[in-house]
Amino acid sequence: MAELVGAVTTSHVPAIGMAMDTRITQDPYWKPLFDGYLPAKELVRELAPDITIVVYNDHGLEVFLDRVPTFAVGAAPHYPIGDEGFGPRPIPPFTGDTDFSWHLIEQLVHREFDVSIFQELAVDHGFSVPMSICFGGPAGEIEQWPTRVVPILVNTILYPLPTAARCYRLGRAIRQAIDDYPGAERVLIMGTGGMSHQLQGERAGFMQPVFDRMFLDRMVDDPLALTGISTGTFIKEAGHEGAELIMWLVARGAMNDHVEEVYRHFHVSASMTAAGLACYRNLQVPPVRSHVP
Amino acid sequence: MSEISREIQADKALVAAIDGTYLFDGPRSRRGYALSKMCASLARRENREAFSADERAYCRRHGLDERTTDLVLARDWLDMVRAGGNIYYLFKLAAVDHLSMQRMGAQQNGLTIEDFRARLNSFQEC
Repeated sequence: MAELVGAVTTSHVPAIGMAMDTRITQDPYWKPLFDGYLPAKELVRELAPDITIVVYNDHGLEVFLDRVPTFAVGAAPHYPIGDEGFGPRPIPPFTGDTDFSWHLIEQLVHREFDVSIFQELAVDHGFSVPMSICFGGPAGEIEQWPTRVVPILVNTILYPLPTAARCYRLGRAIRQAIDDYPGAERVLIMGTGGMSHQLQGERAGFMQPVFDRMFLDRMVDDPLALTGISTGTFIKEAGHEGAELIMWLVARGAMNDHVEEVYRHFHVSASMTAAGLACYRNLQVPPVRSHVP
Repeated sequence: MSEISREIQADKALVAAIDGTYLFDGPRSRRGYALSKMCASLARRENREAFSADERAYCRRHGLDERTTDLVLARDWLDMVRAGGNIYYLFKLAAVDHLSMQRMGAQQNGLTIEDFRARLNSFQEC
């Protein structure tokens, strides 16, 4: 069976992609953010995933408001880089794994997650920025992606969004599908978006690092507590666009109940977003408390 | 009223009580549908060129009324949000001008870019 080797959760701010593409990652404004990505790149390189599942939301490149799937899975042989208005990012296109995609779709639908199916899909910054952060060189440079990819799209744009609990359970179903895959592939799952930020209205610029740090802590020790957060509460505590954090819970749901946070990087801010990144590995048993009160 | 209905209403009320926040729900997306759709079209280079050649005519061809067209020409981000435009589609309009999200944020707050960046930096202390 395939093996889920870890999870990475990270913000996917477009300006982070632009900073890489215009080679300004060592400017004083950006250097602290990108320096903090270096250990994550090393960890991902060691994990050497054959397949990377990227949970993200499309920001109006491929999903317009006419047809909005709550959940969708990519099943394309290739995923080109979309033009979001500035021209496509200067990075190679992604290679899919249609066998794995169809396995995942069959399993999810059988497990009563009625996903939409995308056999053609260009990807935007929500997908490509996390990939550049994790697989690109120090400044994001990349000639060829070392992993095949499977995109999972979540509607975080048009209310009503899926609940946090539903996203967590989707992660559980994805994990079961990985475990049932008759191959020896190493699989990484990435949950993207967030952390706190608001782009629209007079509240644009709002961030809430206290909430973000709480969220990072509970991702490790009590993710079920996070599954009780409503969309409205996400908007209040993490900003109108901060509700993207539900996609972190898909990745967390795929992991074991007990995980170790191998690495954490939290930086305020990247453009208008509190930027977070965390790497997790599975633990088989609860950690033994070293101190008994 | 069912438990679910109460939960949905409570959640909407929670968001409605947040100043300067416009829940992007069905009715709002419907209200700004033509605006968002026009902005989405700007993800194609040839459409950006056609838009830049005659912005007003381009908006008219995409079914925008005069008032909304004026907001587009004025790059009035806040009123476009209020009119139901989605911020991610509006960002494609900003891309035509090579305008950053920070500048859209500053204008929605009525702040200079310097003052807005100072506010963003102030969150580092939180």
